[in-house]
Amino acid sequence: MIDFTLTPNDQKIFEHLRAEGLVARKYARQYDENEHEFPPDELPEAKDWPDVWTFMKGRTKEDTSLAVMGMLISHWQTWGDYSVRMRRSESGLGNAALSAAGTKEQVAKWGHLILSMAITEPGCGSDPSRVQTTAVLDEKTNEWVLNGEKIFVTTGCRAQGVVVWATLDRSAGRAGIKSFLIEKGTPGFVVAHKEKKLGIRADDTAAYVFQDCRIPRGNLLGGNEGIPQGSSGGFRGVMKTFNMTRPAVAALGLGMSQAALDFTREQLTEAGVDLSYGPGVHGLSAAARKFQQLEALQEAALLTVLRAGWLSDQSQPNNLEASVSKAKGGTAVRQITQGCIELLGPMGISREHLLEKWFRDVRITDIYEGTGQIQHLIIARTILGYGRNELK
Amino acid sequence: MISFGLTDEQELVRSTLREFAANVLRPAAREADESSRLPDGLLDQAWELGLTSTQLPGILGGGDEARSPVTNALVLEELGAGDAALGLAVAQPSLFAFAVADLGTPEQKKRWLPLFTGSRFPAASVAWIEPSPVFDVLALQTGAEPKHGSFVLSGKKRCVLLGDRAEHFLVIAKNAQSAETGFGAVDAFVVPRSAKGLTVTETEKNLGLKALPTAGLVLDRVEVPSADRLGGTAGFDARRLLALSRTGGAALLLGLARAVMEFAIPYAKDRVAFDEAIAQKQAIAFMLSDMQVETDALRWLVWKAASFLEQGRDATRESVFAWSTAAEQAMRIADNGVQVLGGHGFIREHPVEMWYRHARTLSVLEGVAGI
Repeated sequence: MIDFTLTPNDQKIFEHLRAEGLVARKYARQYDENEHEFPPDELPEAKDWPDVWTFMKGRTKEDTSLAVMGMLISHWQTWGDYSVRMRRSESGLGNAALSAAGTKEQVAKWGHLILSMAITEPGCGSDPSRVQTTAVLDEKTNEWVLNGEKIFVTTGCRAQGVVVWATLDRSAGRAGIKSFLIEKGTPGFVVAHKEKKLGIRADDTAAYVFQDCRIPRGNLLGGNEGIPQGSSGGFRGVMKTFNMTRPAVAALGLGMSQAALDFTREQLTEAGVDLSYGPGVHGLSAAARKFQQLEALQEAALLTVLRAGWLSDQSQPNNLEASVSKAKGGTAVRQITQGCIELLGPMGISREHLLEKWFRDVRITDIYEGTGQIQHLIIARTILGYGRNELK
Repeated sequence: MISFGLTDEQELVRSTLREFAANVLRPAAREADESSRLPDGLLDQAWELGLTSTQLPGILGGGDEARSPVTNALVLEELGAGDAALGLAVAQPSLFAFAVADLGTPEQKKRWLPLFTGSRFPAASVAWIEPSPVFDVLALQTGAEPKHGSFVLSGKKRCVLLGDRAEHFLVIAKNAQSAETGFGAVDAFVVPRSAKGLTVTETEKNLGLKALPTAGLVLDRVEVPSADRLGGTAGFDARRLLALSRTGGAALLLGLARAVMEFAIPYAKDRVAFDEAIAQKQAIAFMLSDMQVETDALRWLVWKAASFLEQGRDATRESVFAWSTAAEQAMRIADNGVQVLGGHGFIREHPVEMWYRHARTLSVLEGVAGI
């Protein structure tokens, strides 16, 4: 049955996250303006607070299902502060890749580590089939030898290990690409530098260099060393990781745009702008109408995220819906934060408030985990029944 | 619990209506638009589907099923995808009937609901829209003055659906005595076509939805007994009626937008330019993917508002989101649909130019479709 009601058990979790979020906000400005500093693992005010997942116990069938909750939890975590939230997170994108592509033994061995994900290179971003980093098997020592450069690695400094995409054979295209797990401290694996960014500054982004970096043969995720002819090999499987991370990434962005809306509503109301719902075009002030449009955008985008999560909970395919939510969320958060600043004018641009930071922080949403254009390519291919050769 | 799951019954209703839309509405749409005339027998044929009567009380002749704005929103999406003009026509009695069912007094239900449980299509219309270019649903010029035991209504209405044949009008007016503004001042009165002082204008000529006759009302000191004030002495919850109609309108627009997308996709795959299908060019493909994104997002907004209404919650905010998004996106999608078809989007051989007119027309009509 169609339902959009949050149960008391659901609400309890979000209340906790909002309280935690308000604590995180006290630190947000500090670590935004001091990009080289890492936020503490524990916020002093919240050090005795239970982890959010402890609230997931004692839930019933009447409560909202797990993946949908996961999306909403991400959303309310970044509502406080994106970077401080990430700092507290004990898993990175590499963990999702390990779960999706690793064998049971590999998941058991490395699942406890914080893992980053290294795909992008100086010469390849949206098209990962162009990966140039190589992995060559040294049969004498039973080791893979990796060489290449990776950039824009989210949580790359703090991570304890990384899932790296490298090719066994550049001429094989996508079929030759495999993912490897490399632990920090492996000789030949260098964290070259930390990137300086527009936003999400407290969440570190690293550049890696691999120079004759040797790892055990068993570190190839999934264990399949073959290069299939005339197919994409394991590439498609690896891409499936994105079916959950894409809506989750949209949810992270939407937490920040929700924060921007809440702040804007508060300030406009205090300034005497009537934001009540009900009247049509001629019954609203221009500011109220604009604000309602931004709120509707937020709601629409969040619902596409929840839909993608819900399908996953029902064990239904959600490839299309994952891209829809990422495409919609990516543009929505930009328009919302840009619009909130427009509505608040000088207050919006002041660094005394966090709105200008949210405006910078959300901008990544439409870029990482596949740009909006990549999402549209996937959506278009799906609805048109086209493959990559028919719609480039 | 957040859930996007339809019940088996809702799935069945949806597929039944999808067939009706494809087999009955779509084939008749162009001719009906060209002639500005509803196809003969369409209203009675559609009435047999029981769209309105099923959810009315059994004791009054209805199907006695639970009121389900969610199911009705699914129905309106399908009707809108068939043809917005014909779809709105066949669903037309719902807004009046559900207004009485949800918001009327027990006596009012007994008097008026049997109109909607018979075997023939009953035309009965809600008259909300007014002719002023600065018309707002909550700032009405039509006024209701209390006068011992009755109300005197004066003002003008526009775009009253099936105004050419409706026997009863639910006239939305501002209570002149009310000190409140906004929703609190909105009142509604059942006015029979034969009421003294009521003039129904000639059928209006509109940009789109041409098959659906609309008329204006001129109310010149029309006296209505207090007993015919919706909700009796307490008045009625205008929030709910407006939310029902906004969500219903949004559901129709969603169907219209989906129709455009479903028509544009095969066309773009078939049409060749510069040695490949135009759908293989990102400029076109991205217009189509955008249609997919926006119709999807809009559907969940409609479902959320409908679900709130089904649960008896205040859905003002949710219905505003659904309606305003539908109005914007349906127009945009129809606009892009014309562009995808190019010259063929402009000629009347294809339905896209008609949908473009429908989108602009329907998206300015608040208070016409009920769920």
